[in-house]
Amino acid sequence: MPDLAGLGVSPGRTAGPVYRMAPPPTLPDEVPAVADPAAEKAAAAAALRFVAGELTRLSGQVEGPAADVLDTESMMAVDPTLADAVAGRVAAGRPAAWAVTDAIAEQQEAFAAIGGYFAERAADLADIRDRAVAHLLGAPMPGLPAPGEPYVLVADDLSPADTALLDPAAVLAIVTRRGGPTSHTAILAKARGLPAVVGCAGVLDLADGTTVAVDGSTGAVSTVSTEDAEGIRVAAAREKARMGEVTGPGRTRDGHPVPLLLNVGGAADVNPNAEGIGLFRTEFLFLGRTTAPTVEEQERAYAEVFGALGEGKIVVRTLDAGADKPLPFLGLAGEDNPALGVRGLRIARDHPEVLVDQLTAVARAADATGADVWVMAPMVATAAEADAFAAEVRKAGLPTAGVMIEVPAAALRARGLMEVVDFVSIGTNDLSQYTMASDRMNGELADLLDPWQPAVLELVAGVAGAGREAGKSVGVCGESAGDPLLALVFTGMGVTTLSMSGTVVPAVRAALAAHTRADCERLAALALAAPDAPAARRAVAEAS
Amino acid sequence: MATLDVVVGSRIGLHGRPAAIVARTAAAQPVTIRIAMGDKPPVDASSIIAVLALGAHGGDTVTISAEGDGAEAALDALAEVLAKDLDAETADA
Repeated sequence: MPDLAGLGVSPGRTAGPVYRMAPPPTLPDEVPAVADPAAEKAAAAAALRFVAGELTRLSGQVEGPAADVLDTESMMAVDPTLADAVAGRVAAGRPAAWAVTDAIAEQQEAFAAIGGYFAERAADLADIRDRAVAHLLGAPMPGLPAPGEPYVLVADDLSPADTALLDPAAVLAIVTRRGGPTSHTAILAKARGLPAVVGCAGVLDLADGTTVAVDGSTGAVSTVSTEDAEGIRVAAAREKARMGEVTGPGRTRDGHPVPLLLNVGGAADVNPNAEGIGLFRTEFLFLGRTTAPTVEEQERAYAEVFGALGEGKIVVRTLDAGADKPLPFLGLAGEDNPALGVRGLRIARDHPEVLVDQLTAVARAADATGADVWVMAPMVATAAEADAFAAEVRKAGLPTAGVMIEVPAAALRARGLMEVVDFVSIGTNDLSQYTMASDRMNGELADLLDPWQPAVLELVAGVAGAGREAGKSVGVCGESAGDPLLALVFTGMGVTTLSMSGTVVPAVRAALAAHTRADCERLAALALAAPDAPAARRAVAEAS
Repeated sequence: MATLDVVVGSRIGLHGRPAAIVARTAAAQPVTIRIAMGDKPPVDASSIIAVLALGAHGGDTVTISAEGDGAEAALDALAEVLAKDLDAETADA
């Protein structure tokens, strides 16, 4: 069996025997004649009610996002639109199990036609169908295997119910043939700390009991001996323990400091012991408002966040909304390409008062709290925009002005930008979207949106190089800064700070502590020399 | 008949959880609320499957309508939910 590869969506390494999901029920080839349409209609409705009841019961056994997905699926099972469609098919002569199957297939097609997130809701419908059909035919309920030993769960795709119910003590890792980075599998595996690989072609051909090693970062799934599996599990446990031991500020093994900052959206996200805040998103004050927040209201909200942090700098990002995140009080016209429209700093073109008020409020809150506040603008494309923004920041009495690097034009002209600002911060999510011309909300383009794409890495390296020449701070504040391997690569490129959500700080801190600056430089060179994203990730994973 | 245009506030749109909240809110109203987007025929706003099938993204405008006593208050209640960002904050750097 050659090694398999998918998309790693939840990091971690482990190994163990694979077991597949119990297969869904299949309808007999022979369609039985319907003698009593009224009874058949009642049976179909009862089956859907049974499924909803089961899902509600299961939801009671779990908490948080898992309960949410089960409740949502339960609502779908007794949805009036679905009930009408099923009744229509029974009236046309189909038996209950066939009527449910047909009605759900039609709805799945409608979701698939919309695409993206909506297409992934088709998995909810498939689960409802399988449970209802099993109930109607008296077949065993589809569900998780119970081999009696810890196992790697293999499935075509997991339904929200499956993912919500799996027992992290029994399941070592999850590998699915389908599914994207926004699938339930990805979200819930991350929440439970289980390594997960999705989109892994060929995984269903593995026989139950085959021992495999799974890497949730690189997406590699390879067959190994049972002795090797034991070794991999022990090494992974040791790695986890080591991660917990490394504390303190971010630094490489040879002491080169790499401050690990937080991405926050409000005071509740602030850990007072963090080294600082690398991205304070201010949108929460503006979204859903019919009138702009006043300077006083903003000042209070900013002071609350500034005061919550013990020491360290706070990088405030000015309002990042607009065409992509509508602001009713601005009355902006709808756009065909919101990601490419009037958003971020571009709002100041027609509404300069929004920016001036925000900077005034930030300056007052900084004065009131004595915090070290830096300010940066999102969606900057040119040095002229950066220059105008920096002038506004200084006019407001704030000493440190910077810009986000999210637009390839800004990355390519980083030298010029750094002549007019004090620092830059690279937003890799948007930089990937714009460099690869791939909508970041589109799960089907996940391979293109991979931050390991050589073009994206080359832009980051170019910006880091420009920062080193100019002696200015270059941060990374996208999701990728929280990937321990990419954190090493960025450090090797010369990125000076990494900003991420609080949950991933320990893993990044441990990775840095295990490598010297020279190691990081070598890893960066390997990543930049790789021909494509999977090769870059593999090369760095093997050499680190 | 009362109608109201609302801009969808949930960033990724009315998928999973946001759609469930919208359908639940509509179901809790004393009148039947219908929801439409673009030139597609209006659908029952209390049906999560129908709401999902709109394929409404953040920033899209949907039209909600209802008839009878309390129609306007019901639309206001649903409009408030529709305009909110019902998604948990996603990392958006």
